This record gives sequence, structure tokens and C-alpha cells, in this order.
Amino acid sequence: MYEFNYHRPGSVDEAVGLISEDAKILAGGQSLLPTMKLRLAQPSDMIDLAGIPGLSDISVDGSTVTIGATATHASVAASSAVAGAIPALAKLASGIGDAQVRNMGTMGGSVANADPAADYPAALVGLGATVHTNSRTVAADDFFTGIFETDLAENEIVTKVSFPVPQAAAYVKFANPASRYAIVGVFVAKTADGVRVAVTGAGGSVFRASDMEAALNGNFSASSLDGIAVASDDLNSDLHASADYRAHLVSVMAKRAVQAAGG
Amino acid sequence: MTAPIIVTLTVNGEPVNRAVEPRLTLADFLRDELGLKGTHVGCEHGVCGACTVHLNGATVRGCLTFAVQCEGAEVETVEGGTDSGRLKDLQDEFVARNALQCGYCTPGMLLSAAELLEQNPAPSRDEIREHLSGNYCRCTGYQAIVDAIETTARKRVELER
Amino acid sequence: MTSETGVGASVKRKEDKRFLTGKGRYLDDINRPGQAYGAFLRSPHAFAKIKSIDTAAASAAPGVVAIYTGADVAADGVGGLICGWAITSKDGEPHKAPAHPAIAVDTVRHVGDQVAFVIADTLAQAKDAAELIEVDYEEMTPVVDGAAAVAAGAPQVHDDVPGNLCYDWELGDQAAVDAAFASAAHVTTLDIYNNRLVPNAMEPRAAIGDYDSGNDEILLYTTSQNPHVARLVLSAFVGIAPEHKLRVIAPDVGGGFGSKIFIYAEETICAWAAKKLDRAVKWTAERSESFLSDAHGRDHHTTAELAMDANGKFLGLRVNTIANMGAYLSTFATSVPSYLYATLLAGQYTTPAIYANVKAVFTNTAPVDAYRGAGRPEATYVVERIVERAARDLGISPVELRKRNFIAPDAYPYETPVIMTYDSGNYPLNLDTALKLIDYDGFAARRAESESRGKKRGIGLSSFIEACGIAPSAAVGSLGAGVGLWESAQVRFNPTGGVTVFTGSHSHGQGHETTFAQLISEHLGVPIENVEVSHGDTGKVPFGMGTYGSRSLAVGGSAIMRAVDKIVEKGKKVAAHLMEASAEDIEHANGVFKVAGTDKQVTMAEVAFAAYVPHNYPPDLEPGMDETAFYDPTNFTFPAGTHIAEVEVDPDTGAVEVVDWAASDDFGNVINPMIVEGQIHGGVAQGIGQALLENAVYDPDTGQLLSGSYMDYTMPRADDLPSFKIETTNTPCPGNPLGVKGCGEAGAIAAPAALMNAITDAIGVEIDMPATREKVWRAAQSAQQAAE
Repeated sequence: MYEFNYHRPGSVDEAVGLISEDAKILAGGQSLLPTMKLRLAQPSDMIDLAGIPGLSDISVDGSTVTIGATATHASVAASSAVAGAIPALAKLASGIGDAQVRNMGTMGGSVANADPAADYPAALVGLGATVHTNSRTVAADDFFTGIFETDLAENEIVTKVSFPVPQAAAYVKFANPASRYAIVGVFVAKTADGVRVAVTGAGGSVFRASDMEAALNGNFSASSLDGIAVASDDLNSDLHASADYRAHLVSVMAKRAVQAAGG
Repeated sequence: MTAPIIVTLTVNGEPVNRAVEPRLTLADFLRDELGLKGTHVGCEHGVCGACTVHLNGATVRGCLTFAVQCEGAEVETVEGGTDSGRLKDLQDEFVARNALQCGYCTPGMLLSAAELLEQNPAPSRDEIREHLSGNYCRCTGYQAIVDAIETTARKRVELER
Repeated sequence: MTSETGVGASVKRKEDKRFLTGKGRYLDDINRPGQAYGAFLRSPHAFAKIKSIDTAAASAAPGVVAIYTGADVAADGVGGLICGWAITSKDGEPHKAPAHPAIAVDTVRHVGDQVAFVIADTLAQAKDAAELIEVDYEEMTPVVDGAAAVAAGAPQVHDDVPGNLCYDWELGDQAAVDAAFASAAHVTTLDIYNNRLVPNAMEPRAAIGDYDSGNDEILLYTTSQNPHVARLVLSAFVGIAPEHKLRVIAPDVGGGFGSKIFIYAEETICAWAAKKLDRAVKWTAERSESFLSDAHGRDHHTTAELAMDANGKFLGLRVNTIANMGAYLSTFATSVPSYLYATLLAGQYTTPAIYANVKAVFTNTAPVDAYRGAGRPEATYVVERIVERAARDLGISPVELRKRNFIAPDAYPYETPVIMTYDSGNYPLNLDTALKLIDYDGFAARRAESESRGKKRGIGLSSFIEACGIAPSAAVGSLGAGVGLWESAQVRFNPTGGVTVFTGSHSHGQGHETTFAQLISEHLGVPIENVEVSHGDTGKVPFGMGTYGSRSLAVGGSAIMRAVDKIVEKGKKVAAHLMEASAEDIEHANGVFKVAGTDKQVTMAEVAFAAYVPHNYPPDLEPGMDETAFYDPTNFTFPAGTHIAEVEVDPDTGAVEVVDWAASDDFGNVINPMIVEGQIHGGVAQGIGQALLENAVYDPDTGQLLSGSYMDYTMPRADDLPSFKIETTNTPCPGNPLGVKGCGEAGAIAAPAALMNAITDAIGVEIDMPATREKVWRAAQSAQQAAE
């Protein structure tokens, strides 16, 4: 890979101060390093967040689960607090990549990278989470804006994500057999504001299946989704799955998620 | 040319202090700087798991970690796990069950297996297979590896009685 | 078996210790003093003319030692890479062998084709400099599919190969087949594709060339399955150095599966450049580079027709295959879809008339050559799929149809209509054993249970046979092979009784350091810990042909046995002298020499010591106990068996779970059952990989390799595979002293058809490999709709 300068700031402010146009934030590096090794990314500077205290904290306070930006997927999966409050979130984390990826990959890294096939974005949108940065908070619904695109400004770093505890939730993923990313992943949750159905992997970015939500608001059961499908027009089509197949899988996975969430 | 960074860490129980380029991966650092060739590089995609090492007690891909990220950390490779005896019963069982053929994936398999048994002393075969899903093997078809780990787990439990 | 360490024992592997402790010595672990590092610049285009290459900026980059283009290589008179098997087309013409330069000169013919080699003080510097090379390409339209390449109007990959046709070859009796079809009661037809694979040994290819200017000797480390063959080709054909000035070492090699047989551009250039620069040059493949440049496997389009009588007896088989050679001919490429393929089309059956026509074609893709099974998986796939389709067509059970057509256990030697004469076997026994192992009778109940959970269960068979123990030299010579396929062994006693076995075979996972030692332990009574097996270094080991084609025990082991015979013969003379008897009265068994009818005996160790310290010694006998033998097989060997796959399909998603696998295989005598079992597991895993997961896909318009990384090329992982129930039967091979048939490729040969037959059984519709979830889902949908 190309050369770069390495920084290990001791605080979020210090990290933000180091941001420049060609700099990259390094959290777990599980997505970033492969792109650098393939010489597809060429950052001039690497800002490693690992040295910032408190950034990996996980806390639960009854109605909210807060996960720090540098909390690893493994720590989320193993957290009894998270398992107790939002078991679907812990389970989702335990299914990301493999053991080695989970030991390094982070919440903040996944969220900021916004891979269209990543799992966490489905949880954030499915639970109506809030992304906290060094300067503001952003609702998950407004955060993921496109393929590898988020609402983050140049000088913003994700510091934590807070998830409201739902009444029920489940995530079901149909994984790409090669990369183990989601071909389709559906996160279903019964929240205070109604049912949310968040779909990752199928489109350019995580999206909500509003027709499904409406049906489930009427009756939270898998059979409510009979005959309701997402349109395949804007869905991804590649070596591994056509758009039509993905549209079909969204329905199948959504039903399975509803069943797993008690519907 | 970017300035080298001094990194201080513990590798296989020994303190190590070196000046390294930021872009040097942990795998290359272990292999080229420290001459520990047991950590293997099988792909640059960060997928095959041949470069698996223990970083602060958890398995990570040495090829997806920079040496400079390991400041103050404890790293253990297959050599360290051998010297300390931590991998002994797994290694014995791998031999007994013919759980390796060309040997290229083996150090990574051992370290992943060691982590699994520390987290889950009595894993089911499915749990073993799932935990090894980040370590490719092209030779064995995995069954003998699963057998060896299952037997090691069983013997550890019996030993504790 | 006479002991825990002898023949037939599951002896634990001696080589494991270094691999388990991180002390293996793989090529990238090796560094030569002062070495420089090389990186290849590779073509981003599938097909293009090179108008110009400007290396000025690159040459000026930090650390750069040299940059070589195809012109530089040609200017030094370095020959191209060769294909060593001459195939003659139907019209009598020799196969087309277009130029295959190690670095492209004026045309690049596949994505990844070598364009330049940059050598620098560090690897990073070499890669950085490579990016500064400016190449002016004139892109041309590529063709990637074999069938498309041979169609009219296709882009021509080589100017001197019209219609991209390397050869148009046939085997068998066309007239007899036509007659069979004319009289047939039923004909089943099958159009089938055997998908392209990337071998993906876990260790990437690598090479280090080094030069000793004092002795004008080149030292080449290379990840090879056959270092002597590499030396021969590099010397005799590429012209790098005379053989006696070229030493090739294949150290610990992390898997080969055929992909490391071939003599590639990269090690050729490293060897050449090292002498040119008088400096060691090291190259290690990146994985993406391996995807582009390792020889790929398979890629056959086939139409097959099976003629049968009213009872389902096979009367004739007609096969037409288009085999993709890729952009250039790799070292054995021409042999794989011809003599390693069509000669197995009889399968385990008495089909009396067979005709095969094979067109080998060039395309703008990576060269294709032998990959685990090499032609035999392709043959088994055709036969075992058409047999099950025929069974469905006729309404006969697939078990029954096979049994009606099996070669009987008392029919050996059995001469097939396609050159091969099978030596021994018992196919009904393997089939029955496999059926019991998988509890075939209980399948109906299991299927009903799956159905109750909304899943579809299927079971599929594959009764495979292969030609292994490659090969009798004169026979393959007459078929076009440019080399003999014998093997060498040197059994050297040390004065203190330990033994080193130098073998021309090479172990890259097969466990020869143990199994070959078992032979010495068993037959010469040497404790196994005192037997060292040395392989891989042309500076130490007599010329050998290497390891592939499941040949190492059958041929390499037989060479050892011949050397053992010589040891014993000499030993008898020494023993006779020591015991004051005559040599004719000496009996030998397992390292003990006895005077017949007495209890006087001496051990092999005593005999060996006497041979090195010949104070009391036959006066007309040379001292020393060190014998070399070369063994040329008299026939191929024919491992065979039946594999059965059981799958459960989720019709909602098309996901296929392999829920059970049983196999009954006949490998003749087995030296180490545990190692044999490991070879089957690994082969089946690769076969399941081909059928379910793996696929090397080139974009038909751009020629880009779409599946060029592990993100897109699906390798089997631990949680993709079941555990396997494997048993072996034994009809000893009459053709070699060990009675062994070889086992390394069987799993990869048998598995794909078994799995695909199981999926067909589950969803009621046939599909091509790989059976991806979407493909299975769509097929299951259409079958469902058709049924409604």
C-alpha cells in the first residue's frame, strides 16, 4: 500500500483537528485496510482512534443502549447488558464477518463507512437510533445517504450511537457466501413510534420498507406481509444476486424477522 | 518518505521496541522485523485467516492490523503459543487426528481454536465450524480439524474432573 | 501390517511438528543475502496491442534496480514457456502452439498478462515504480467463452491460430457409436458446463532466483510440485542455463492441487534476472495476482448422448466437448481435455462404443491446465450426470441403472473402448457399501420429514473412476507426452543405521515424509524415527517427475520398493558373509536376514554397518549401502468408488445445505488410512466447492475477471461443509509392487456429480454448476410452476 503519516490522538478534539482532505479515520480497519492494500485508497494520513479513552464504552440505562464508536463487534456481541436490553442487536453483532473481524471491527467504523451491505446500518435504521458526532446528533433515518455515503461533514467523527430499546426486534440476514456481507438483511422492530423494517444489502443504501411497516403496524405477523414486496427497480444486481432475487429475499427475510421478533 | 514511528509492544512475552513505517502490517512486522515466520500471508484481502495472531488475547488478522496500532499491546503468535505450552494439547490432537496437510493455514487454525476453547470450553461441532469460518483451509476439508478441537475440548473437561 | 509404524498403520505424520510450531519453511519465509524484490506490471486489458512502453519515470524511481519488458527478455534469447504434450488433430495436424513469451512483447491476451518486471531494493519500491510505467495499449475486443471463441466471427486471440482452434481431436470409434445410436431404444442427451475454477492453494506462488557468479550457477527457489521438471524445462526449452548449472529447490509448499506443476513466467524471469543482475530476485504473488495468473481449471462445454437398449443397457456414448485453453498453452494443458478426459468416458460401465470429439480453443482468459483431477472430474461429471438423467428418462432407479451396466468384479483386466484397460475393482461392492453408509433405504422417511419443515431433500450418486498413478512412459509418449512419467528413489543407509530416502516425488501436503518412511520401516525394519525423507531439491535428489495425478505412492513408492529390493539383494550377500552361509540360503523379512532353517540372523542395521566398515566383508562386493532405482509404471491405476450426497434445499431462498456425505472408495492397498481419509475429505471439499460455491467468471464484454478476489470467489469454509462418512474397499492394484492405486484426486473427481444429482433430486430440475442459491431458487420455482 501507499505511504501515509500515522497519528494517535488522545481525544476526539485532537482527532478532529487532524482531519484533512486526504486523511482517513482508522477504527478497526477491517474495511479500510483491504482497500488500501489493493491500492484503491490512498490516504495521506491515518488518524487512529484507538487511543481515545471512553470511546469504546457500552452502556445501557433502561430505555437506551449506547455504544461507543470504537466498541468492537465482539464486545457488543458479548455484552450481557446489550443482550439483555436489545438481544437482536447483540445477535446482529455476533454475525458480522467472522471472529477475527469482530475482534477489531467497530460500530463507528461500520456506520461511518456505510457499506451498502453492512449489517449495523439496518439496526440503526430499524431501531430508530441516533448517531452522535463530535458536534451534533443525527437521526439514523437521515444518516445513510448513499453508497458509502453518510451525512457526516468533513470535520465530524462518529463518537457513539444510541439505540432506543424496542418492544421486540430481530435481524435476519441472507449472506453473500464469499464475503459474508448481507445480500439482503432485514431488521424488524416494534418501537415506540411503530414498526420499522430496515433493509440492508439490497439497495444502494439501507432503506425502510414502508409498505411492510404499514402492514405490520396493522397486524404484527408474518402473514401480514403476504403479497407485499419491494420494487426491484432500484435494487443491486451483481454476480451474486439479481435485483429480482433480492426483492424476493427481502420478503422472505422480512417474514422470518417478524417471526423471530415474536410475530 | 513518511517518518518511521517507534512502537513498543510485547511479542510472545518479550518486550519489543522498533522503528517502523506506518504502513507495515503486523503480519509483515512479525515475519520480517522479528523473524517469526509462523504467521503466514495468504491473501491481501483480509479474508483467508492464515495471518491470524492473538492481539491482547483476541484473534485478529495480522494482515489487517498495522504494527503501529499495536503500541503497548500484547501479541502472541504460534511460536509464542508453542513456547508457553498454551497450544500444546491442541497441537498434540492435531497430529493425532491428521488435522493438517500442507500446514499453511495451521498456525491460524491453532490460534482460532485456542480462542474458541477459552471462550467456550464445550463447543458443539457447529460452533467449532462457525468459529473457524474465518480460517480457510484448502487441504483438509475441515473435518479432521473439527475433530481435533472437539477432542481437545473433551479432554480438557475430563482433566478438570 | 507388521507394526505400528508399518504399512497399513495410521502413523502420525513426522512433518507435522514444524508446521504446528510455525517452523515450516515456505518460500516467502526464505530470504537470500542482498536480495532485491520484483513486482510484475500486468495488463488491465483482456486483449490489446502494446504500442509502446515507457519505463523512464519508473526507472528513476527510488530503489529501482532494473525494469525488464518482453523485448528485453527476447533480446537475451530467452525462450517462451512450453506445452509438453503433443496432440494431433483429426486431420493429422499437430496442435497449434502459438508463442507464449514469459513477458508479453507486442500483445497482451488476458487481464493479468505480464507486461513488465520491476526489480527494486524493497517490495514497496518495486510496486510504486511499476505504477509509473506508461503503457500505450490499443484495446481489442476480447472473447472469453470457449464456445464463443470457436464460433464464426470471434476475435482471434493469436494471429497464427485461425478460429482460435488449438486442436480438433477425437478418440473412439465413431462408426460403432453411430451404429449403436441407430439401434438404440432410448437416447438421453445432456448439455452441460463444467465451470472454471481458480485452484487457490493457500500459499501463493513465489520464487527466488539467485546467482553464484563464481560457479556460474543459478539457484531457483520455486513453489513447485516438480522441481526437476522445472529445471528440465527452464534448461532445455527456455534456455536459462544448462541443467548442471541450475539448481531448483521447492521447499515446504503450501498446497498445489496441480496449480504448482507448471513452469510459469514468474519463476522463469526470477531465474533469468538473478543471473543478469548477479543479485537474488524474489517475487511473491499477491492473491489478486494469483487469481489472474495461476493456471485455472476445468471450463468445458459438453454435449453428451447416451444410447441405450430397452432395458437401459448402455450401447454407446457420444461426447462433444469444447475445452477452454485460455490465452496461452500452459505446460500440460493439451493433455487435460484429451487423454486425461476422454479415456475415462466408459466410467464404471460396459458401454461398448464410445466416441469423443474435443475442440481445444484459445480465449482471452488465464491459461487453463490440470487442477485436482485434471480431466477426470470433467469425464465423471458428464458420465454420472447423463446416467442419472437416463435413469429419470427411463423411470429406472439410478442405483438399478448403474448396476445393470457395471463392469463385473470378475471382468478384469477390462479393456475399455477408450484406450484404458482397467486392472481391478469391484464397483457393485462400493455402491452397496455407500448406500448402506448413507442409509439410502431410510431416505424416503428423511425426505418426508424435510418436507414437513417446508424443505426439499435430495440424494445423488456418483460412481467415479479415474486413471492415476500417471503413467507408463512409452504409453504416454505414444500419445504425445514430451516426457516420461516414471519416478526415482534413492535409499541411502548411514553407517549407524539411519536411512535417508531421496524421492523424486514432492510433498506439499500429502504426507510423504511419513508414508514413504513407513515403507522403509515396514520392509527394512528401520525405526521410523530414523528414516528421513528428502524431497524437493534437485541438488540432492535424483531426477524425478514430481507429484500430481495421484502418482506418488503408486509410482514414487514403487520406485522406493525397487530400491529396497536392491538393498535387500545386496544385504543378503553381506549377511551371508557375516553368517558364513551362502547367499542363496539367506531369507529376508522386514529388516532381518536369516539363514534358512536355522535361528542364525543379523539385522539390517548390522548389515549396513558392515557395508560401511567392510572389515569382514565379501571381497568382490562394493562397500556402501546406497541404492537408486527408477520405476516406470506398466499401466495407469484405476481407483474407483461411489460417493453419495444428501442435500436439503430451502425452496424460499434456494439455499442448499449438504446434510450428509458417504463414500466407499477402492484405492487398492492403503499405506496410511488416516492420510488417505484426509485426502478424500480435501478432495470432496473441493468438489463441493466447485458444485456449490466456486466460479471463475470473466465479463463477456470486457474480459475482466469479475471473481478476482475472495470477496467474490466463494471458497468452502468450515461452516459450509458437513462431516463425511468415508470407507475404503481394497482390490489390490496388480500393476505395482505396493498394490496401491492412489487417492489424492478421487474426492474432487467424484463429488460434483453427486452433489448436482442430489440437488436435481431435491428440486426436480437440472441446473449447471455452481448451484448458487439464486440458480437453485429459480429452478425450484420453475419446477414448482410446471408441476402446478
